[in-house]
Amino acid sequence: MSSVISLTGIRRVFSMGDQQFEALKGISFSVDAGEFVAIMGASGSGKSTCMNILGCLDLPTAGSYLLDGLDVGGMTPNQLADIRNKKLGFVFQGFNLLARTPAVENVELPLVYAGLHSKERRQKALSAMEQVGLSGKENNHPSQLSGGQQQRVAIARALVNNPAVILADEPTGNLDSSTSNEIMGLFTALNRQGITIIMVTHEHDVAAYAGRQITFKDGSIISDSQTKRTS
Amino acid sequence: MDFLQTLKIALRALRTNKMRSFLTMLGIIIGIAAVIAMMAVGSGASYVISQQIASIGSNIILVLPGSTTSGGLRTGSGGAQTLSSDDVKAIMTDCPSVAYAAGTVRSSGQVVNGNMNWSTVIMGGAPELFEIREWPVVAGRSFNQQDEDGAIKVCLLGQTVAENLFGAADPVGSIVRIKKIPFTVIGVLERKGQSPQGQDQDDAVFVPLRTAQRNLVRSQRTGIVGAIMVKAKSEEVINKAESEIQSLLNQRHRITGGKEADFTTRNLSEILAVAEQSSKAMSLLLGAVASISLIVGGIGIMNIMLVSVTERTREIGIRMAIGAKKNDILWQFMTEAVLLTMLGGLIGIGLGAGGATAVSRMLDWPTLISPQSIVIAFVFSGAVGIFFGFYPAKKAAGLNPIDALRYE
Repeated sequence: MSSVISLTGIRRVFSMGDQQFEALKGISFSVDAGEFVAIMGASGSGKSTCMNILGCLDLPTAGSYLLDGLDVGGMTPNQLADIRNKKLGFVFQGFNLLARTPAVENVELPLVYAGLHSKERRQKALSAMEQVGLSGKENNHPSQLSGGQQQRVAIARALVNNPAVILADEPTGNLDSSTSNEIMGLFTALNRQGITIIMVTHEHDVAAYAGRQITFKDGSIISDSQTKRTS
Repeated sequence: MDFLQTLKIALRALRTNKMRSFLTMLGIIIGIAAVIAMMAVGSGASYVISQQIASIGSNIILVLPGSTTSGGLRTGSGGAQTLSSDDVKAIMTDCPSVAYAAGTVRSSGQVVNGNMNWSTVIMGGAPELFEIREWPVVAGRSFNQQDEDGAIKVCLLGQTVAENLFGAADPVGSIVRIKKIPFTVIGVLERKGQSPQGQDQDDAVFVPLRTAQRNLVRSQRTGIVGAIMVKAKSEEVINKAESEIQSLLNQRHRITGGKEADFTTRNLSEILAVAEQSSKAMSLLLGAVASISLIVGGIGIMNIMLVSVTERTREIGIRMAIGAKKNDILWQFMTEAVLLTMLGGLIGIGLGAGGATAVSRMLDWPTLISPQSIVIAFVFSGAVGIFFGFYPAKKAAGLNPIDALRYE
């Protein structure tokens, strides 16, 4: 299988005044298309920094990052925005939907920045909402939806531009356990359809849904293991 | 991202906070309304002055007799009887920049029609006088050369006199007695309105110059005129005409060296042009004061936009994470600011125009709302939005997406 993501010797150093803090100490791993990867670790382990780099929101101090065959390293902010728009889908812990905006328009948002026409946008958004089981909720505002439904809207928004990878940052952190299982079920189903998912979590039972766990500690990877799926 | 989409997002953002949007706009509304109203009132004043200029007639020079000294006492200007009908003829023939010249004499007295009588100004004037003053008759006919040469006892009535002596009846053909001498009314002059000095120009009776000289005014010599009214050929040569008249009269009256001239010339349009200029300066000043409130309004916009950027940091983060470029964010906030000020501008224009109309109704003062001032106000309100919206928008576009997403 071909690699969708390939990190080699990634370092990230933060400077605060004359103090330097090395958040990532030269990590390397690659993710193949169709994988479901959980990134684990305590807070301060470097997993969030790694996620920001994977999400093209931050650039590494050293090392190379190939996303879908493209070298992200020397890109301008505008090129990075384009990559985020076309190659990546984000799902956040706090849902991060636009308030006072109908669900379907939230889902359409990446396509707005991609420059699609409104007809095409609406059609794609509706099919993405159907994929996450939210048909009929198109015109509800986020405040009229439950936490699980809001996270489904966020997943639909991540899916709508048909990305190479979906990045999920603690997607169940704000949900109760039964809703968490529901959402993880949805991720698993999407993964079975061939979608590559990388998820950050610190809960072992959530990580157990993924086929592969990478564990961070103090800026380095301490374990990278394949497990059998729980389902 | 297309413009329509940006506009939609901006409109939604403004709608979300209706009260705040309105209060923010209020500064611009008041500023623009003030500018529009002030400019309307100011140009109304200019209009009044230019109307008065037109009522006198354009390019007019007045030649008045000077003062005389008798026994050490000097009379004021106009006290001497130094101008004559021959001077008028000389001005007509020898001054190339002069179109018309007409001698006038002025008296006052009672005009009687049957049992009605009215005390008014009696002006003797050559037929050219009405050409100079651009003053046609509305009924009957004006003077002709026969009336003048024959010193015929005919007269023209000003509107005020006609109304007071004849009411609604047609005076043409009637006989009135001026200073007990019967005159035939041959015409009624068009209404002129007030002079710049506030006199009623229609409160006068006109008779041919020679008729007046013979019958109505007393003078030491024959052919004396009280004043000469001159019309220059055009606005460009009015100063030239004035100096031509001065040198001609100096020569004719043998004024040389340090001798005091026995006449003065006055350029009427020049006086009014100065008045018009000062009214223009006034309206400019009013506009400048009003535009200060626009700047204050603009600062209000900037303030609220900065608050809005902080408040919506998370939204900006989300948009950036899913692919918004810096410019997309910049345009979004700029559009919001410009929309805010342009909407405010439109409301302000409506309010200012309404206010100016109300003022003109209540105070009976003409106001002119020129299309230019509306366009200028509208463009200016947009410019205020661009100017004061740029900094907050720049701040929003410069946010780091990671920090923005994490902002609580």
